[in-house]
Order: sequence, then C-alpha cells, then structure tokens
Amino acid sequence: MSTMTPLEPDSFAITANLAQPRLPKWAVLLVAAISLGIAGLLTLLLGWNPFAGLVLAIVLMAVGLPLWSLLLEGKRSAADRLATSLVWAAFGVVLVPLVWLIWLVVKNGIAVISGEFLTYDMRNVVGAGGGIYHALWGTILVTTAAALISIPIGLFTAIYLVEYGRGSRLARVTTFLVDVMTGIPSIVAGLFALSLFVLIFGPAIRIGFGGAVALSLLMIPTVVRSAEEMLRLVPSDLREASYALGIPKWRTIVKVVLPTAMGGIITGVVLAISRVIGETAPLLVVAGATDTVNFNLFDGRMMTLPVYIFSQYSSPGVVPVGMEGDPPGYARAWGAALVLIVIVMVLNLVARVIGTYFAPKTERRR
Amino acid sequence: MSVTAPPQPPRADRPVVRPGDRIFAGTARVAALTIMLALAGVFVFLAIEGFPGLSAPEAIYAPATDFWSYVGPLVFGTILAAVVALVIAVPFSIGVALFISHYAPPRVAAPIAYVIDLLAAVPSVVYGLWGGLALAPATRPLIDWLYDNLGFIPFFAGPPSVTGRTMLTAGIVLAIMVVPITTAISREVFAQTPRLHEEAAMALGATRWEMIRLAVFPYARSGVISAVMLGLGRALGETMAVAMVLSATPVVTLNLISDTNPATIASNIASNYKEASPDKQAVLIATGLVLFAVTFAVNFAARWVIGRGEKKVTR
Repeated sequence: MSTMTPLEPDSFAITANLAQPRLPKWAVLLVAAISLGIAGLLTLLLGWNPFAGLVLAIVLMAVGLPLWSLLLEGKRSAADRLATSLVWAAFGVVLVPLVWLIWLVVKNGIAVISGEFLTYDMRNVVGAGGGIYHALWGTILVTTAAALISIPIGLFTAIYLVEYGRGSRLARVTTFLVDVMTGIPSIVAGLFALSLFVLIFGPAIRIGFGGAVALSLLMIPTVVRSAEEMLRLVPSDLREASYALGIPKWRTIVKVVLPTAMGGIITGVVLAISRVIGETAPLLVVAGATDTVNFNLFDGRMMTLPVYIFSQYSSPGVVPVGMEGDPPGYARAWGAALVLIVIVMVLNLVARVIGTYFAPKTERRR
Repeated sequence: MSVTAPPQPPRADRPVVRPGDRIFAGTARVAALTIMLALAGVFVFLAIEGFPGLSAPEAIYAPATDFWSYVGPLVFGTILAAVVALVIAVPFSIGVALFISHYAPPRVAAPIAYVIDLLAAVPSVVYGLWGGLALAPATRPLIDWLYDNLGFIPFFAGPPSVTGRTMLTAGIVLAIMVVPITTAISREVFAQTPRLHEEAAMALGATRWEMIRLAVFPYARSGVISAVMLGLGRALGETMAVAMVLSATPVVTLNLISDTNPATIASNIASNYKEASPDKQAVLIATGLVLFAVTFAVNFAARWVIGRGEKKVTR
C-alpha cells in the first residue's frame, strides 16, 4: 500500500511502524527444541542428574524466548513472553513432586504388597515380614465411627442453616464457628479428644473412639459446608410446590429437598471421609499405636494406617547382619502408603462419579 | 423457624404446627448448638488439661527452664517453617492459578485443576515419608551448592547437613502441601475477573500479561491475600511432614541447611507423645493451645480480608 505513494515519506514511516515484526508461530517450538537439545547434550556429556538437566532446559527456554522477542518484537512483547514462560514453568515444576511421589509410592509399594502383607498384623514380628491387617481394620473402624458422628451433626446443621435459621443470630454464629473449625490444626483436634477422655478416664487413656471424636471434629465443617451449598442449590419452587400441597415443612425437607440434593451431599461426605482417612497426628495422639488387631473401639490402643506408616518410618527396625539396603520398616511404610493412597484416590473417584451422575438439574458454576 | 414459630405479622391462616415439625426443627437446632459446644469444648478442655503445663516442675522443660522459654523456640520454628513454605509456594501457586484460569487451553484447564486438587488429597504422612526418604537425600547437592555460593547469607550459613533433613527440606514439603490450597482459591478469584475488564484491556492493545496486570491482579488482590493466609494456616498446623523430616533440637536459628533445626509446635507434640508423663503431657497440651491461638488468629485475619473483599465486589 505504501508503495502506491512513494512521494510521501511521512505516511510511509507510519505504516512501517504499524507493522511490527512478530515471531513466527514455530518460534516457541524451535526455542524449546534448542533448549532441550543443549540441556540434554550437557547432561549426557557431563553426567548430570536428568532432573538438573530438565531444570536447565526450562531456564534456557524462559530466558531464550523473551530475549529473542526483545530483539525482534520490543519490550512489551518480551515481557508478555517472559510471563507466559514463567507461568508454564511454574505449572511444570509443580507437577514434578506429584509425579515423583506417586511413582515412588507405586514402585516401592507394589514390591511389598502380597497376601501376607494384607492379612497379617505386626505381632511378634522382628525384621522383615508382618503386615497391615490391624492397621487396616483400625482405619476402617475409626473412620466409620467418625462418619457416624459427623454425618448426622453436619447434615442437620446444614438443614438448620438453610431451612430454619436463615438470618438468625444462631445461624450467623454457627457459620462463623464452622469457618473457625475448618482452620483447626489436626493435632489440636487430637489434643482436644485426648483432654476430653483424660478428664473422664484418667491420664493413661488411649482408645480408638477418641480418634473417631478427633476425626469428626475435622470432618464436621467439611460436611456442613458441602451440604449447605447443595441445599441452597435446591430451587425454592420445589419447596413452594410441596407447601402448596399442604405438606408439612419437615416432610418437605425429607421428601423433596434432601432427595434433590442427595448426590451432592453424598459427594461432599465421601470427600470429607477421604480427607480425614489420611489424618495421622490426632490418631497418633489419642488412639496410640499397637502391633495387634483390636476390634473394640472403646478399649485399648488401636492402630491405623497413617500411624502405621509413621511408626514404621520412625522405628524401622534394623537391617539384618550381613545384608545391605534399607531397614525392613521402610518397605512396610511404602506398602502401607500405597494402600492408603489407593483408598483415598478410590474415594475421590467415587465422589466424582456420584457428583456427576446425581448432580441436581440446575445451573451450576464450574 | 419461620414456619414453626408464629410469624411476626399475624396472617389470616396461621400455619399448623405439627409435632413432626417441632421435633425436626429441634434436632436441627441441637445440631447447630452441638458445633458451638464442641468448639467451646476445644478451648475449655485444652485449657483445663494444659493449665498445669504452664507451671510444671522445671525438669520437664529441659533444657529450658519455664514454659515460655520452652515454647519460644517452638513458636519460632513453626513460623520459620511456615514462612519458608510460603516463600516457595506463593509464586508457584499464583503461576499455576494463572495457568489454569488464563493460559491453559480451555479444554485441558479443568483436568489440570483436578490434578492439582489431587495434590491436596495425598495424606500428609505420605508426604512426610517421601520427604524423609526421597526428597531429603536428593536435596544434598542443592544445599552444598547453596552453602558454597551463598554461604554469606545467614539462611545458608551451614555447615551443610549430610542427611538433607533440614529446615529447607521441611519447607519444601510444606510448600507442596500449601500449593493446592492457595492455587484453588486464587484460581477461583482470577476466573471471576469481569470479562469486560479483560476485554477492555485487550481492546486498548494490551498484551496478555499487561491485561493480567491491569485487569486481573487489582481485582483479585484481596482474594489472593486471603488464599495465602489460609495456606499459612495450613503450614502452621501441619504436623507429620515436619516431624518426619526434621530431627529437632530446641534452638533458635535462621540457618536453613544445617543439621540442627528448631522443631515446630505440632511436630514437637507428635514426636514427644509416646514417652510423655502426665506432667509432660500437660506441657504439650499447653503448647497445642498456643498453636490453636496462632492459627485461629491467622484464619480470622484471612476471613476478615475475604469479607472486606466481598463487600468491595458487591458494591
């Protein structure tokens, strides 16, 4: 266009400034390939840790692309490209520990898991061998008891907040207290349960039920929050239709509101269970640790999976004379960690499936 | 309540109050009151059981002499670990949150958010196991390098640990546990930026980064601050990861890479619990009360900031 009017140098200058050069689309891929190449070559030649090589590649990429952009496109584009690289790099770096952890747990855990590991306890086990049977049962019993305590309390609190107490002072105070409860450190919950049972039974008490009380203190706020959110999503048209038929309020809640919100509530409860099933500190403090199976929540110490991992890690036993490698407790700790992670992930998946299948048919924000 | 209790303006048809309604409403009220009682119970029972711990025989506090000199290094260690964790976690959280809300292709953004949430689902004891057995040995080259090149900074004064079980490692593990929380909240706040603000910035010729600086950050500031404070609350109260990574001594030091590290309140409770006499138990419960007070203050501040932010948005 500018060639049409060669006699006017001013307009020529303006059009030239408007069309700023841009990096081609393949520039990002090119720089990435070059960075990876340089880093890979150095890693191979100098015998570095592959992880260090990856970090170098990311740094090269984050420096190289903005630099090229600075030379060709100018300062503002360079800043933009730098920000983009940093954001991508942040995401990549955060993935590293997750992948590393899952890989290690699976690799070390699979090697340990066997029929014996799942069905034996640690009674009279010295050195290798033994299993998680007692810890598995302890986790199931304590978590079930915690769920039995917290689901009714949490659900009825949510019903109160949404259906009955709207705007009342008790409702406002409760909402605030639920917020406070969300922030209670898990070990403080354990100390609370311990203090409670010590006051009743004397200072040496360690029972599984105490663990359940501590866990329910951590679980209730999660249940209340999710149930409250779900109940609020139920359209008031449904409630009013039910009232118009002359149905009492409590039956409206039981027959109309709760079934509509049930999918979401179950999702919230399952997520809450998956959150507390991995709690260690409170159980360590009030349920204690033991080597044998204990089916009685109200009598004696009770082992749970997280505490099992901790005690195998902190007192792993000794490596047999003349053998190399890690003490036998570490292997058991990895095995138990794999079982625990599988339980948590399955619970999360179940919650997600329930959430998508039984979602209330209303508009929901993502 | 609005149905069971007589309504304020008397209407012609007064609703019938059935026994079922009374019972149901009463149960719901009792549940709400239970929560209030439980929380009051936390304070009361911790205070009753912890009070003797404030003035136990001197030998219990060894090597310190009284409660406050016993809890001082622990409070310091707790705050140091949490600050290290936040310094590492906050830039990454904001980066990942921006990635999910503004940079990632929309189709993969939701699965990525789910993956980050998975980080939060991993039990803390597993993080501790990984931190103690895998991450700690792996950080040795890093802390050697920090000592050689940045040893003049008090944080890296050394001598470098040979096991890698340092405050720095504990901070990294805590950071990984904090990232999902801060990311989840920041991402939600970033995503709520009014679309028109963003498009206005783009229409004025801003690059994507300038748009984020001009439209997204000012809007999200209070949300991000509260996200960081909630993460701080988590880092302060986290027990197992620190207890499993650090071998603690009651010292006050800024040194992040040596073998002598202060414990945190929570990890100190967890590692001393087994062999605790009733006196020691009272002392530990009293430190727990201190921890509760600190996290309560932090969380309260976070809620306050959120509340202020919400008011600003609704205006």
